[in-house]
Amino acid sequence: MFRNNYDNDSVTFSKLAIADMTIVSSSPQGRIFQIEYAGEAVKQGSVVVGIASKTHVGLFAADLGPRGTKQRNAEELSSYQKKLFEIDEHTAIAIAGLTSDARVLSNFMKQQSLGHRLTYGRPIPIHTLVGMIGEKAQINTQVYGKRPYGIGLLVAGVDENGPHLFEFQPSGMTEEMVAFAIGARSQMARTYLERNIESFADCSKEELVKHGLRALKESLVQDKELTVENTSVGLVGLKEGPNGRSSIEPFKLYDGFEVKSWIESASESQGGEGEGEGDAAAGEGMEVDS
Amino acid sequence: MDHRPQAWGRPRDDVYGAYDHSYMQDNGPKQNTQQPIVTGTSVIGIKFKDGVVMAADNLASYGSLARFTDVKRLRTFADSSIVGFSGDISDMQYLDRHLIDLSLSEAYESPDKPRLNAANLHRYLSKLLYNRRSKFDPLWNHLLIGGLDDNGEPFLAAADLLGSTYSAPSLATGFGAMLAQPIMRRYVPDEESAKKLSREEAINIVKEAMKVLFYRDARSLDSYSLAVVTKEGVELKQDEKLEDQSWAFADRIKGYGTQTV
Repeated sequence: MFRNNYDNDSVTFSKLAIADMTIVSSSPQGRIFQIEYAGEAVKQGSVVVGIASKTHVGLFAADLGPRGTKQRNAEELSSYQKKLFEIDEHTAIAIAGLTSDARVLSNFMKQQSLGHRLTYGRPIPIHTLVGMIGEKAQINTQVYGKRPYGIGLLVAGVDENGPHLFEFQPSGMTEEMVAFAIGARSQMARTYLERNIESFADCSKEELVKHGLRALKESLVQDKELTVENTSVGLVGLKEGPNGRSSIEPFKLYDGFEVKSWIESASESQGGEGEGEGDAAAGEGMEVDS
Repeated sequence: MDHRPQAWGRPRDDVYGAYDHSYMQDNGPKQNTQQPIVTGTSVIGIKFKDGVVMAADNLASYGSLARFTDVKRLRTFADSSIVGFSGDISDMQYLDRHLIDLSLSEAYESPDKPRLNAANLHRYLSKLLYNRRSKFDPLWNHLLIGGLDDNGEPFLAAADLLGSTYSAPSLATGFGAMLAQPIMRRYVPDEESAKKLSREEAINIVKEAMKVLFYRDARSLDSYSLAVVTKEGVELKQDEKLEDQSWAFADRIKGYGTQTV
């Protein structure tokens, strides 16, 4: 019989046992399929990595053309998709998934940040901002006629409590992370991050970028390289301000030629690390996240 | 006999004639606050090198009647700022509840340290007041907010029922703007002199100004609250009494009331 996963309202249990409509729409396990499908959209998006140290947060993105990885027919016709967006002076996001949904959330976050500056005269705390999109996304999973956002985010920012990195999922789940990667083949990047997690806290800005780009590289398909065209780096952090207080070092997006020196510095010191290369090759054989 | 609830307690129509319901009807437009009812008088504040001193008496007047003599008009916020309220007392209580909500949600967001400083709080309150006056339903208050700003420097600013804001090394609301401000301004004419002022000097100036206010402001009281805000926190004393009063000058005042000159 006719069966379409995407046709159903995002309801867990349907009391009606419709002939031939199998467990697709009703899940005794308590799963909500629409949310899981939205999660699939995140996995289709090209990979983004985020790492937080005690002083900085870095976002790293490699856009590998339409659909992230394999089929790239129209590649030469379109430019690379922008993956990092500044929300406010002190915060930015990296996106994986449906760009148009990301635009909605990014506009919302920009408005909230600006509104907070107007009413309180301070940059919005990252936790507050992430809580707002979390709530907004959760409502979309529960209200009739709405659908979850097909987008995953890494939210980076600094506030009075220091640098923060948050993960955001279409379910509305948000979680603070030390380092994380989302998007296509991101498992390889996460493995790299897990292996190096101890060193992130005391990283300098430069070391943070090295780790970020190496983690990105782990997730690339074999014939792909990090280039000036497809890589972007975003950094935000704290710096020493007047009378010993730390002040915000505003978000800076390194794109195009500006990212060149970062890519070079990440690759030059990699010669000694044969292990990383081997792992990437080994990862090639596995089918992960797809 | 009419037993319907709307007839309860009313004169019987059959005895007294038809009842005139017109007084119950609310004809005419909805009216918002036209004037404050129960009011608090001046709040005064002065900056010194490490922080801010603020004071307000404990009186809530009903017109010229000294109706409530134990109303505290200074409130702390997150143990790092102080807000002084003059004007309508019920609006003060509304703002007080509002600030409790705000400090609670702030405490949930960042339990370890207060992050809304006095400058943030002042901005927020001024927007709140402006928002209400824009609805033609003002909160009838004049506020002083004291504490520290983003750079840890002493911060003192005012916000009024129109949403206007201003700042100075010394500030006073209401009658105090005429009576106390000139006295305080003698000591701190500018920011530089406020940076040299010690805590004790600041407290003494405020106490002196409160005394002058009690002498000359007929809606004031000799018991008052005094707050000192520094980076260590807020020290709030709510049952201070004016000391060393001297009414000798009163003899020489002529020309008021029932006196024959």
